[in-house]
Order: sequence, then C-alpha cells, then structure tokens
Amino acid sequence: MTASVELRGVTMDFDKYRAVDNVSVKVNPGEFFSFLGPSGCGKTTILRMVSGFIEPTQGQVLIGDRDMKGIGPNKRPTAMIFQNLALFPLMTVWENIAFGLEMRGMDKTTRRTKAEELLNLVELPGVGDRFASQLSGGQRQRVAIARALAVEPQVMLLDEPLSALDLKLRQHMRAELRAIQKRTNVTFIYITHDQGEALAMSDRVAVMSRGKIQQVDVPQKIYNTPANGFVASFVGENNKFIGSLTSVSNGQGKFKTDISDFVVTLGEGVGKDSKCGLYVRPEHVGFATKPRPGSNALPVTVEDVSFEGNFAVVLMRDKAGRRRSAEVRNDPASPPPQPGTSTYIVFETDKALALLDSEAVAYGEKD
Amino acid sequence: MSKKPSQIALQAYAYVFIAYLLLPLIVMCGAAFNDSRFPTILPWKGFTWRWFVELYNDDTIWQATINTALVAIAVVVLAVPIGTAGAMLVNSLKGRSRALLYGTMIAPILTPGAVIGISTLLLWYKFDVPAGLHLSIFAQTSFIAAYVMLMVLARLQNFDGALEEAALDLGASHSQMLRRILLPHLYPALAAGAVLAFFQSVENFNATQFTRGASTTLTVYVGSKVRTGITPTIDALAAIMIGITVVGAVVYEITRRRNAAKLAAAK
Amino acid sequence: MSELLRRYGSGITYLAVGLTAFWLLVLVIFPYVGLFEQSFRLYLPVDEINGPTDHYTVQNYLTLFSNPQDVTFGVGAATTTFPFPIHLWVFLITIIYSGLATLVVLLICYPVAYCMAKVMPQDRLPSYMLLLVIPLWVSELMRSFSWYIILSLKGPLTIVLQSLGIITDPIHWTWGMDGYSGIFVGLIYTYILFMLFPMYNAMTSLDSNQIEAAEDLGAGSFKKHWRVIVPHCKPGIASGSVTVFMLSAGSLLVPSLLASPKSRWFTEVIQQWLFESHDWNSGAAYAFILLFICTLFVTMMMRLFKVGLADIAK
Repeated sequence: MTASVELRGVTMDFDKYRAVDNVSVKVNPGEFFSFLGPSGCGKTTILRMVSGFIEPTQGQVLIGDRDMKGIGPNKRPTAMIFQNLALFPLMTVWENIAFGLEMRGMDKTTRRTKAEELLNLVELPGVGDRFASQLSGGQRQRVAIARALAVEPQVMLLDEPLSALDLKLRQHMRAELRAIQKRTNVTFIYITHDQGEALAMSDRVAVMSRGKIQQVDVPQKIYNTPANGFVASFVGENNKFIGSLTSVSNGQGKFKTDISDFVVTLGEGVGKDSKCGLYVRPEHVGFATKPRPGSNALPVTVEDVSFEGNFAVVLMRDKAGRRRSAEVRNDPASPPPQPGTSTYIVFETDKALALLDSEAVAYGEKD
Repeated sequence: MSKKPSQIALQAYAYVFIAYLLLPLIVMCGAAFNDSRFPTILPWKGFTWRWFVELYNDDTIWQATINTALVAIAVVVLAVPIGTAGAMLVNSLKGRSRALLYGTMIAPILTPGAVIGISTLLLWYKFDVPAGLHLSIFAQTSFIAAYVMLMVLARLQNFDGALEEAALDLGASHSQMLRRILLPHLYPALAAGAVLAFFQSVENFNATQFTRGASTTLTVYVGSKVRTGITPTIDALAAIMIGITVVGAVVYEITRRRNAAKLAAAK
Repeated sequence: MSELLRRYGSGITYLAVGLTAFWLLVLVIFPYVGLFEQSFRLYLPVDEINGPTDHYTVQNYLTLFSNPQDVTFGVGAATTTFPFPIHLWVFLITIIYSGLATLVVLLICYPVAYCMAKVMPQDRLPSYMLLLVIPLWVSELMRSFSWYIILSLKGPLTIVLQSLGIITDPIHWTWGMDGYSGIFVGLIYTYILFMLFPMYNAMTSLDSNQIEAAEDLGAGSFKKHWRVIVPHCKPGIASGSVTVFMLSAGSLLVPSLLASPKSRWFTEVIQQWLFESHDWNSGAAYAFILLFICTLFVTMMMRLFKVGLADIAK
C-alpha cells in the first residue's frame, strides 16, 4: 500500500522563528522524493510534521488525501528512520523489528516469523538474536529499515540516514535504499544536505533554503536548469559572476560585469530589471588562447590543476582576482593548461544562465 | 618505580585514616562479646553470647524492628514513584522554571532533619492528626524522595529521546511506550533508589524522633536508650547491623568485580 | 508541561504532576509555611487560640535573647564569667563548634581525598573504597555510639592509656573544651565521610596533566595545591562543608550520646520546648532560627566558592 503526501501552505513557527514558510508540495504515491538543503533550511521540520511529532502553525498536511490534523504519530501510516537510528538497546534485533507488530497485539510466533522474513529482505539473515550494539553501522541501518517496513507503512520518512556512514558504505546503502523502495513501492520522503545523494536516489527533489522551497523538479532539471542562484550554487559546482543585465531579447540577454560582457540565457522569471547573477558550471568552461570575437570569453591566469581521476579541476583567477574553476575531461591528447599560463576561458551562451538572486543563502557561497 | 617519600607518607596517612574509621566500630562489635555489664572491650572479662540472647528476648526491640521495616517499606513505596514523577517533571522543563522546581525539590536535603520533623508534626496537628509513625513516613519521604529524584534524573538525562519517538512512530500508545521503552531504561535507577530509600529510612533519627509520638523505631530506640541505661545488648544489635553491612558490602563488591571482569572479557 | 503531555499523554502527565504537587506542597512547602506562621503565634491555652488575645508577635524569637544566666568562657586560667542570654549562648556554641568541626573535617579529609584520587595505586582503590563505605552504611547511630563506648569513663581509651602509664586516674573525656570535647570529637567522626566523598569526586575530575603542568612550571607543593588543586575542588568542598555543618548543627544523636553535665546543644533546646514545655510555638521559632542559619551557611558557601545549587546536592 502506498499513499501520496501533500503539504498545503504549511508554515511552522517556533515562537518568533519561522522554520517553514508557506510550503506547498505534493509527493506522488510510490515516489522517492527528497528534500535537499543546508542545515536550518526546514527539511527536518517538514519531516517531523509529516510524521506527526509536530503540528504546523498554519496549513495542512495530507497523507493519501486525508488531513492529518490532530492525528498523532502512532496513528499515522508513516514510519521513520531516525538519524541516529534509535534502535532499542535493551531489545534484540528481532524484537526491534517486531516492535510495531507487538504494539498491534500480534502473537509472539507470528511476530518472530515476520521479523525473520524482513531480515531476509534486507539481507541480514540470522542476526535476529543479537543486540544492536553488536552490529556494524551498515547492519544497524538495515535493521532500522526492516523495523520500519514491518509496520507496512504507506510512507517512509528518512532523516539523513546515511550521514554517519563512511563513504563506501554510503554509496552501497544508496543503491540498497533505492532497490528497497522500488521493490516495496512505498512512498519515500528523504531529507539530506548531500546533493549527490539526493540527485542519485530521487525521482524528484525539492531544494529548500530558509524555510522556503526554491525548486521542485526531477534531478536532471535541478542540475541543468536551476531556478535561481541558490539552487545553482548549492547543487553542484558553479562559477558565479556578479553584474547586471543591460538588455534582454528572446530569452537571452547581455550581462555586464566589472571586467567583461557576456551573452547569456535568461533563467526562470528573469527580466530586464531583475536582480540576478550569472552562473556557468565548470564542466561547461573550455579554454581558448584566441577566443572568437563576440563569444563569451574571460582572460584568466591558471593557478592550479588537480587531477581527480577521470577529470581534472583547473583553478584560475581573472583580472579582478576572483577564483574561477573549470572541469576538463581527462584526455591525454589535450591536457589542460598548466599553472602560470595566461589564457581565456570560454563558454557557450546556452550554458551561461542568468538566474534570480534569492534571499536564500547558499552555504559556503562567497563573492 | 621509586616513590617520593611524600607520597609514601601520604598513603600511610590514608591507611591511618581508615584505621581511625574502622577501629571504633570494631571496638563496638567486640564489646558485644565481652562478658561485662558495662559495654567495653577492656577489661576483657571473657567471651559470651549472652548479650545476643538478651537481644533476642527483648520484645521492645522486636517491635521497634518491625516498625522500622514497615516505615521503610512505606517510604520506599511513596518515595520511588514521587521521586520518579519529580524527575520526569523537572526533565521536561527548561530555564528558570526548571531551576526553580529543581531547587524546591532538593531543599529538603539541605534542611536539618529536626526542622523537617517539627514542621511535619505541627502541620498535621492543625488537622488533628496525632503524632505517630505515619508522620515519620511523611517527614522521611520529603527528603528521601529528593534523593530518588536525583538518581532517576541522572538516568533520564542519558536517555535518548529518539527512542520514545521511534516507539510512537511504530504505533505504540503512550502507556505502551512507557512500559516497554522508558521504564526498562529507568529500572537500574529505580532499583538503586529503592535500596537507598530503604536504608536512609532505617537509619533516620532526627525527623523520626520528632514525629513518632509514642511509637518507636530501631534507630530511635537505641538512640534514646542511653538515657535509660546501656547494656551490651545494644552492642550486640550493633554487631548484627555491622555484620549485615559488611556482608552486604562484600557481596556488592564481588558482584561488581565479576560484572567488570565479564565486560572486560567480552571486549 | 506541554512537553510531557506531548510525550507521555495526559494520564501519565497528570499523575506525574499530581505526585510532585503532593510531595512539594504537602510534604515540603505547607509544613515550612506552617512552621513559619506558628513561630509568630503566642503560646496560649486552647480556648484562647484564635480569640481576642491571639495575635502575631515576634516574642518567640525574642526569647532567644532573654533569660540571661551566668556563662563561662575561656580556656584554663583565662576564663571569664558573665551573664548572657542562655539560649543565645547555646545557639552560638552550637554554631561555633559545628563550624570548627567542619573546618577540622575539611583539613583531615583533604589529604585523604588527594591520596585516593592521585597518589594511591588505582588497583588498591576499590578495596579502600569498600572499607570506607562500611562506616557510612552502618548508620549515624552506630558511628556516634561507638565513640560513646570509647570515651566512657571506664572505657577502653582510659584503660589503654592507664596501662601505658600515660594517665593514672580515669578521665572524663567528654568534659574537656568546656564540656564539649566529646561532642566535638563525635561530630568529626560521625560526619567526616560526608566531606570525603564529595571532595574525592571533585578531585577525580581534575586532569593529572594539569598538576604535572603546574609542577613543570615550577610550582612547589603548597602552590600546586593552593592554586591548582584546591580551586578545582571547590564544588566538593562547598558541598561537603554544607552537609557537615548542617548535620552537625542539627544533630540530635551526637550531643545526647556524648554529652557532659555542662553541654547543651541547640537541637536539645528545641526538643525541650516541644516535649517538656509543650510550647510548640517557641519550638517552631527556634527551629526556624536553625533553618535560617543553615540556609545562610549554604548561601555563604555558594557565594564563597561560586558554585550553584546543583553542584551542592549529591
């Protein structure tokens, strides 16, 4: 069984602090949906409102088109994976998994059988009689998942479940979670600050900052056509140029910075007088010793080149002393320019996006 | 490794200190076996069990012992739930209200037992409730609950709140969550609190003395016997109580060492 | 409380609040308020209570300052005798001896606590603690009583000293210090462990590295203790001092067991008011005075050592 989750005009105020600001979004049944954003953006608050631990100050939370107002967490068709897993330390693994069933009055033998089934589902056969403290991080994760699945929820809520795991395990668990979701067809609502995770696992992503949703879309669109400056900076790497539009026509415009002019593509909602920034991803930045006249080009001096495996990151500074970066595919036939070289970076108009500044603050954003 | 002379002297001092603590108790136990009308170990007049026999035959002491046990049990029954309730309440508050509540709760610990006893006596007198062991129960509970509260609070504070939420999230009702998740976590503190409450009640003198009316408890009886005439039966009683304490302490220590060894072996 | 409601539901929350209210109101606050109120009322025959002659008064407190009798003060040849309100005298003696006992206990315990925390080999510590805990669990009564035996006129102390030839005739041990020597020694012995444990706890939290750093930087023994260790122990010292003082000033057992013909303790005066004179009002006033002085001591300790209430209890 699976259900949709809808937030209608949901606002959450803690005394004077507005954690969630008029959020409306609908998650489809059976979807793997992520809320992505930096700490304090409101994603945890949203999860707690869906699970029932807090009630929104304004707006409605609907699960399966039913208003959940006044319905406590123990009565909602949701199950949550907590960030620290919250496995019951005084119970064995199978007792943990069967806990929800025990609360419903199921008898011991049936519970035990069901727990064993679920252990097989998450590929942990035979550990039923151990205690959580005796298992590894990855194993505990899977027990938490099994425990949540045992109550056959319509919606699974996952609170940054992979943040405590090491890199290899994280990548393995990403695939696991995705597989389990596909197999069970339960609606997954996943919150994280790791954009790689969100993009890799989700059917759709909602990018959030300061309590507001910045963009809801499939991962490709979030990455390729970010809705505003925040999304562009937060998701993936980006070169940001500060300046303003001097003219617009037909979805394109001229963008003037203090040291050059560019021809750019206008992002969502950008008009002549909009406050916006120019964003170019490093992988769309190329090099040219003699750029064609009229094309987007910027003179730079190369500072450092770091080899990352199948690509190299070139760090440069422009005439105004600002850092720019480019990503170059590893091709021995055309190596990137060496540190100390003066050259030009070039990029196409359709990859140069003028995007609205949002009052949202991206983490780590400078310039 | 050579030890500095100051360190050796310091350790010697520590051992002298232990001797200072234990010698009087040993003397007192010794007097229980001395065949002398006056409780002492010198002059030694011969080994005897007669004081223990007299103790056994002393009806007042038996009554006092029964009273002591009943009062102690009543105090445990009252103090443990009250202390737990107080700890839960304090733990749910923050800031000024928490500090205020906490301060009010531990105030009885910082109050002389005599004052607790008198104030209890006077209050219930206003409602025509006479003095008696029931008042002693109230007086003792007022500060023993605070000790229980401190123990439970410490245990509550290292409880992961997410466990409660997980239980609710999985469908548990509030009472189910309490019974299956919170209470099991608190058991060690509740057990320790009950034991502490019991022994604090047994040894209490000041508050009990003012509230007991005509009844008596063991501690009060022995304490007031000095006015009426001491015989070594009191030493016999002391020897028994000390004996129980020593046995209890040794058992506790052995259990603790065994558990520690088990834990170390499991690593 | 809304937090509790949210987490545990209404049943448990009301139970918790109810129990706590019963405890704090019925067992703590009402009695103290009642005590306070009673201390300002006159000692009247039953039919006159709440009648025209009944009014609030501070007379019960003033009794403390009345009734001068001759008291002697001093040591050996330098004694003077002068009239002084007798109850006030007893009160002051109680406070002074309790304070003195607290100080002595502090001085005795400090080296032991330091030894336990830093010097003693750690594998011996559990056995040492076990021996320490026995006198504590044995109860205040047993501890006081054991000294009664030792200090009695024909008791073991006398016999030992006589056989060693140090004294010839039996000595009234409890008669020294103007009749308070027995009580003084008894207070120290009975309550010393209440200073040792808090001090030890405070000391164990002191990082040995800090001590070594001090030594490295050239601190001699005294400086090392006074500037590094003692400040760290402040919560323990405060906690221990408060407990020992309060137990001493409010003690009933020790002063009665180890009494001498001249000794009187303030708690005994209170007992007299209640059970001999049946004047509960004066008894209440005096009890309040005792409470007041203890609270004053607690506050003083908190200020002096800059510790909070939470550090003092347990």
